[in-house]
Amino acid sequence: MNEGFEQPVMMKIDKIIDESDDTKSFMFRHNLDYNPGQFIMVWLPGIDEKPFAISSFGEDFFGFTVLARGNFTKLLHNMKQGEQIGIRGPFGHGFSIPDSIKDGTGSACIIGGGCGMASLTVLIEKLQDYNTTILIGATTKTKLLFKNRYKDITLFTDDGSEGRNGYPTDILEDLHKKHKYNIIYTCGPEIMMYKVYEFCRKYNIQCEASLERYMKCGIGICGQCVCDGQMVCKDGPVFDSQALGKMSDFGSCSLLKSGQRVSLKEYGEWIGC
Amino acid sequence: MTTPNLTIDLCGIKLSNPTVLPSGFLGTSKSLLKRVADNGAGAATIKSVSFEAREGHKNPTVIPFEAGMLNAVGYSNPGAEETAREFANIEDVSIPVIASIIGTEAGDFVRVVDKLSETQFSAIELPLSCPHTPGFGLLAGQGTPESTKDIVSAVRKATKLPIFVKLSPNIPEIWNLAKSAEDAGANAITAVNTLGPGMIINIEARKPVLSYKVGGVSGQALRPIATRCVYDIYEAVKIPIIGTGGISTGRHAIEMIMAGATAIGVGTGIYQRGIDIFRKICREMEIWMSENNFNSIEELIGIAHE
Repeated sequence: MNEGFEQPVMMKIDKIIDESDDTKSFMFRHNLDYNPGQFIMVWLPGIDEKPFAISSFGEDFFGFTVLARGNFTKLLHNMKQGEQIGIRGPFGHGFSIPDSIKDGTGSACIIGGGCGMASLTVLIEKLQDYNTTILIGATTKTKLLFKNRYKDITLFTDDGSEGRNGYPTDILEDLHKKHKYNIIYTCGPEIMMYKVYEFCRKYNIQCEASLERYMKCGIGICGQCVCDGQMVCKDGPVFDSQALGKMSDFGSCSLLKSGQRVSLKEYGEWIGC
Repeated sequence: MTTPNLTIDLCGIKLSNPTVLPSGFLGTSKSLLKRVADNGAGAATIKSVSFEAREGHKNPTVIPFEAGMLNAVGYSNPGAEETAREFANIEDVSIPVIASIIGTEAGDFVRVVDKLSETQFSAIELPLSCPHTPGFGLLAGQGTPESTKDIVSAVRKATKLPIFVKLSPNIPEIWNLAKSAEDAGANAITAVNTLGPGMIINIEARKPVLSYKVGGVSGQALRPIATRCVYDIYEAVKIPIIGTGGISTGRHAIEMIMAGATAIGVGTGIYQRGIDIFRKICREMEIWMSENNFNSIEELIGIAHE
């Protein structure tokens, strides 16, 4: 059985942080039994419930970050400090940290794209004192999340408005020659994660990617978030190279709310990201 | 002592063991059914399919509680045509697969059956018993002997496959429905669907947790009721029963079989014991049967009636 909260627990918003023009973080003074990469289900009573990554975490607090893109997220953005939100979880299987990283003999790379960065922040905090390269990409300057939280990061924008012009994957080959990565972690647009996965496969590097699929139960029984026999909510959202290699839907297909399997492009248009 | 034989014959369908994945759990894709098969299930049921695609109710749609689970998914499914595509080559799944079909009128069921006629499903299941989706099951008035007869007769004419009819524990004289289904040509009874609907309110939010407010009750809370329903149905009909409701251990399975079930459904238990619950239950059944000198499932069916 899952640890944590099976049913939503109402928690008071302790603080709201503006991360960019369309992104806010919601902070709570609450203890959570959580591993980086896991997610929570956020409930607005009587409205809807959706999964979010934990983007801040400490002994007596946590927070999650929300990009305003649909009705639910816009309602969240209108909430004020002191109001209550329902939280259940955390759920799923998070990132793993190999011994070679913990003992300092190896090195890691973390690649975040767009709002996918929200799934990587706590991992970055855990790994920033080790040999870790951090690459953050976004379409444009205003979409670069958490760029001021960390030192020694490399930024990329599709339009060149800040950092390097292009994608984090552009310089992976050079970085790997220098750092000899043991593991690369990624979360962001699936097309980017797929490129990272292919790069890792070519150079025999362990890869861990955090996938996004429309979810219902969050506890591995309904089958809505299936990705080739794997339930993203329970077996994932983080999958390693071995699991990703068996998922033909990775980088290609996802299920709409009805369960219809469509291309990631069509899925992306529906989910509004 | 030899290992007990768990194989069963369910109206002509051979199952390597009596565990069946019920509709609504993991049955969204062929890939997940393969995984269920790899984890030891004897047969599996796809997520219920209607003629047109449905998005279902909003989240939360499923919520566990201390005695089981409450759900109101609202029959989300991609429609009959997409389902036929997803489950084409269903023979790739190593166990028999049952198609669960829903509709409002008898003609709706037939239209779905026709759309799936090219696929290799082993049986058709008709859940005439959902307690929480307008236009379907109990909310479409399908929990009566007349409606049961009407729908089963129509589907009987449309397919040669075995027909399973899934009944509601809400109906006090459930054996009457089972009898109507049998008379109209059904080959097995699945007993039972979820109970209720029930409600869970978050007292801090002062609101029901499920977006649909109410949902069907499954799991431990349902098990003694399901066992009694199977016991009653066994006395009324000759066709086999798939006993479903709160089974999560080998002992529960044996109890249900003693009440009269030939096969047993395992759904909510997946949350409690993991997807390999099918293998765990089979192992527990084998151990109990060995210790108690039973060699086959057949020897156990309905013995609580003797």
